[in-house]
Amino acid sequence: MSEQAKTSQRPADVYFFATCVVDQFFPGAGLDAITLLEREGIRVHFPEEQTCCGQPAYTSGFPDEARKVAALQLTLFPNDWPVVVPSGSCAGMMKHHYPTLFAADPARKAQADALSSRIYEFTDFLVNVLGWQPEDKGGDCTVVLHTSCSARREMGVHLTGRKLLGGLNKVKVAQQDHESECCGFGGTFSIKQPEISGAMVEDKVKSLKATGAERVVSADCGCLMNILGHAAWKDKQAGLAQPSLPGEHIASFLLRRTEERSSK
Amino acid sequence: MSARDRILAKLNAAPVLPKAAPDIAAWYQTHRGTESTAEKAARFRGCIEFAHAEVHVVSPASWPQKLAEVLADKQIGKLLVAPGTDHGARAIAGLTSGGIECRGYDSRIEAWKEELFHDIPASLTAARCAIAETGTLVLWPDEHEPRLMSLVPPVHIVLLDAATTHNTFYEAMQSEGWANGLPTNALLISGPSKTADIQVTLAYGAHGPKELIVLLMGEAA
Amino acid sequence: MSEQALNFMPSEGFRARAKDVVENPFLRQSFRGAMDFLINKRITQFPDPEELESLRTLGEQIRQYNLGKLPSLLVELEENLTRNGIKVHWAETPDEANAIILGICQAHSAKLMVKGKSMVSEEIELNHACEAAGIDAMESDMGEYIVQLAGEKPSHIIMPAIHKTKQEIAELFAAKVPGIDYTDNVDELIQIGRKVLREKFLVADIGLSGVNFAVAETGTLCLVENEGNGRLSTTAPPVHIAITGIEKIVEKLDHVPPLLSLLTRSATGQNISTYFNMISGPRKPHEKDGPTEVHLVLLDNGRTQAYADEQLRKTLQCIRCGACMNHCPVYTRIGGHAYGTTYPGPIGKIISPHMLGLEATKSMATASSLCGACGEVCPVKIPIPELLMRLREESFSAPHANPAMRGQGAGYSALVSTIWRGWAAVYRSPALYRMATWLGSRFGGLMPSNQGPWTSVRVPLKPAPKRLRDLLKERG
Repeated sequence: MSEQAKTSQRPADVYFFATCVVDQFFPGAGLDAITLLEREGIRVHFPEEQTCCGQPAYTSGFPDEARKVAALQLTLFPNDWPVVVPSGSCAGMMKHHYPTLFAADPARKAQADALSSRIYEFTDFLVNVLGWQPEDKGGDCTVVLHTSCSARREMGVHLTGRKLLGGLNKVKVAQQDHESECCGFGGTFSIKQPEISGAMVEDKVKSLKATGAERVVSADCGCLMNILGHAAWKDKQAGLAQPSLPGEHIASFLLRRTEERSSK
Repeated sequence: MSARDRILAKLNAAPVLPKAAPDIAAWYQTHRGTESTAEKAARFRGCIEFAHAEVHVVSPASWPQKLAEVLADKQIGKLLVAPGTDHGARAIAGLTSGGIECRGYDSRIEAWKEELFHDIPASLTAARCAIAETGTLVLWPDEHEPRLMSLVPPVHIVLLDAATTHNTFYEAMQSEGWANGLPTNALLISGPSKTADIQVTLAYGAHGPKELIVLLMGEAA
Repeated sequence: MSEQALNFMPSEGFRARAKDVVENPFLRQSFRGAMDFLINKRITQFPDPEELESLRTLGEQIRQYNLGKLPSLLVELEENLTRNGIKVHWAETPDEANAIILGICQAHSAKLMVKGKSMVSEEIELNHACEAAGIDAMESDMGEYIVQLAGEKPSHIIMPAIHKTKQEIAELFAAKVPGIDYTDNVDELIQIGRKVLREKFLVADIGLSGVNFAVAETGTLCLVENEGNGRLSTTAPPVHIAITGIEKIVEKLDHVPPLLSLLTRSATGQNISTYFNMISGPRKPHEKDGPTEVHLVLLDNGRTQAYADEQLRKTLQCIRCGACMNHCPVYTRIGGHAYGTTYPGPIGKIISPHMLGLEATKSMATASSLCGACGEVCPVKIPIPELLMRLREESFSAPHANPAMRGQGAGYSALVSTIWRGWAAVYRSPALYRMATWLGSRFGGLMPSNQGPWTSVRVPLKPAPKRLRDLLKERG
């Protein structure tokens, strides 16, 4: 293996923090992420007590409620293992906002700081901790990658998804216009300002489709919920039976591409 | 209590921790190099031409002749120029024989505002110095070359000694000690007047000069 | 002239105004095109990410350092301006500022005021105060002139008329400027404006301007502009009145070059503006032009409220470049007028509540997906998303004693607070969470097809039949 140096530091165990969206709406993506990590010889621990990072309340202006929920998650990762999160925005919440959230509570602040240093967004973990280089076993395929705003701006990991896809030699990664622009999800923003959010997701889906890619992949299920939800709505309006823009979590795509006897 | 006292009282009541002074010198030291006079002149020229100024390289001996050519080219028959300055006197000496009417800014604006706004097609002023990084002319208007002289005539011609070009605005104000005393009005000019206010389409000659012409005076022409 | 646009609560009708723009494909395309243009221009100015990052850090340090000394710097500025012959006035409110300016105008029996671009003058609605006092206040920045002629307000702090096409401007000029035939040639339109306004500069009694930086140590007012109208407004009329917010101050002259560089490169992607005008006094006895009187009005209007709180104080770091709105996906979709505030876009969302109170602005902080594009480009590193979350908290929390902001609790709803408390009760309890999500997965098929705003443009959300934890159990 060419990644000996990296391999020697690779952790034997990691925690998996699924996020509430993956647990409830995209469980397959969570399972695929875990399977992929396990295939790399890592023991993946899923603390049963986990719920949500607290971000919905935090960004909506209810920090006290967010704190209560976050306080539970602080207690779930006692061993000094990395915590892998299949979502840039939830990872960003735990890595960057937990320390702020508990600034006035010294005991929890210390826990939050310690946890913060162990939080990894999924693609960041694959690239920068495992040095994972996927071996493409699928056929020719064009995808377009959407990176969430948090993954891009808070976590600085927008390049890792591209790097992983770039390592798949039969996969072409299409370039959409306004790539770095928000899809319009923004949690409660999509409910409170539906017109603006709707215009944003409309433009996002248009630009993704304009690439001609077969599917969109993303490391953030919040964005996928929004993007795929709008694409499906459009299809329904147009009376299409097949989705014009299928999509999935990047973990599912990577797992399938690197499995033996895979077609796509 | 006056508004002043109330505002200051509110500000003083705020719990503010003093912050360390920014190290501006260190930033320029790290991020901006120093260049030779020729390099600075070239950078200056590149930038100001990019901003639509017209630049002519001239020598200390030849510039009045170039000035005459520029005016002839543009069919300008009248120039606002300062007789009380060396360069103004030379310009007048060189131009009057060629039939160019030279007018001085010899009275207070109130006495001839209308004429300045309507009947002066061009002006000549000197630049105090220049800034290479941004292609900028520095003017300190005075009683010989007042503020409106570089602003109201549609064509503004500037005589610049290339040797006075600084690398940066910061270097200009530091090396010339601006903080010890500024004139009533100090100006940086980096091109002809322009606007992009209509459909982000660039148009020149919005309110100030439509044309900016630099006579860049180096060692030799 | 523009009565409809005045005296209303920006929060009221925000969604309706936003909807109007969003549903207008022509406006959508035109804002998108203009913002793309400005975004790309900015990128060309910052080819080196390290230089950009270090310069932004320096900009932030300069602004924070100066805000840290604000009260003493204001006193120092006042002393030095006074020594230079500039009269300094202080105003806590827009009304006070207008009264000061009108007082100066009346002392000179002024009939015509020409205005350089000043967002603070928009903030105090000076044009209306002048109109009421019988003074003709004429905008001279081309964009502002167009907007004033149309009876509208600026839709962008740097590009006031960005919402208008050249054809609309052509029609406007043909209708409103005497003796003008229709032309949609941009050069010709600008020359029309130039001609009209030159005659105004020639005869104006008062020139009004804003201030980009006020330098305390030298007593100098700095103005950034491209057109020359700022220079004309501050030089041609016999009296110059400058107005600025109290935060626009720097202690040292050498604080100016980094901020100027950040400002012009971030705003319009220019390495420097055409003019940078530094004014340190009225005309001296031996000088032949320039105003014989120069005044500075220092305006509070809610800035001291922002100043009192360490986090909210960061709002005052702003140098008004407009990069946050150029990069904002919300601004790009709805333009500046939908906000209903003098300052639109991300900076408008965080500064307007201090000027107008949270009652009038409570919906503004919710109009953000918190994507972070604004904070990423801010040349002085204002953490705009963080401040938006803070404003949401100030708005939605139950009213309490000694609030940090006027109108705290304006968005409070007992129902919404109860919902969030219920949410926290479920999500802080593993058992309740398990139960609730189990129910969701079992009865996901019963989710309504109409899920309110979500399903206006999306298919309904439906929990998966099995949760990740169920799949993991099955897998063993």
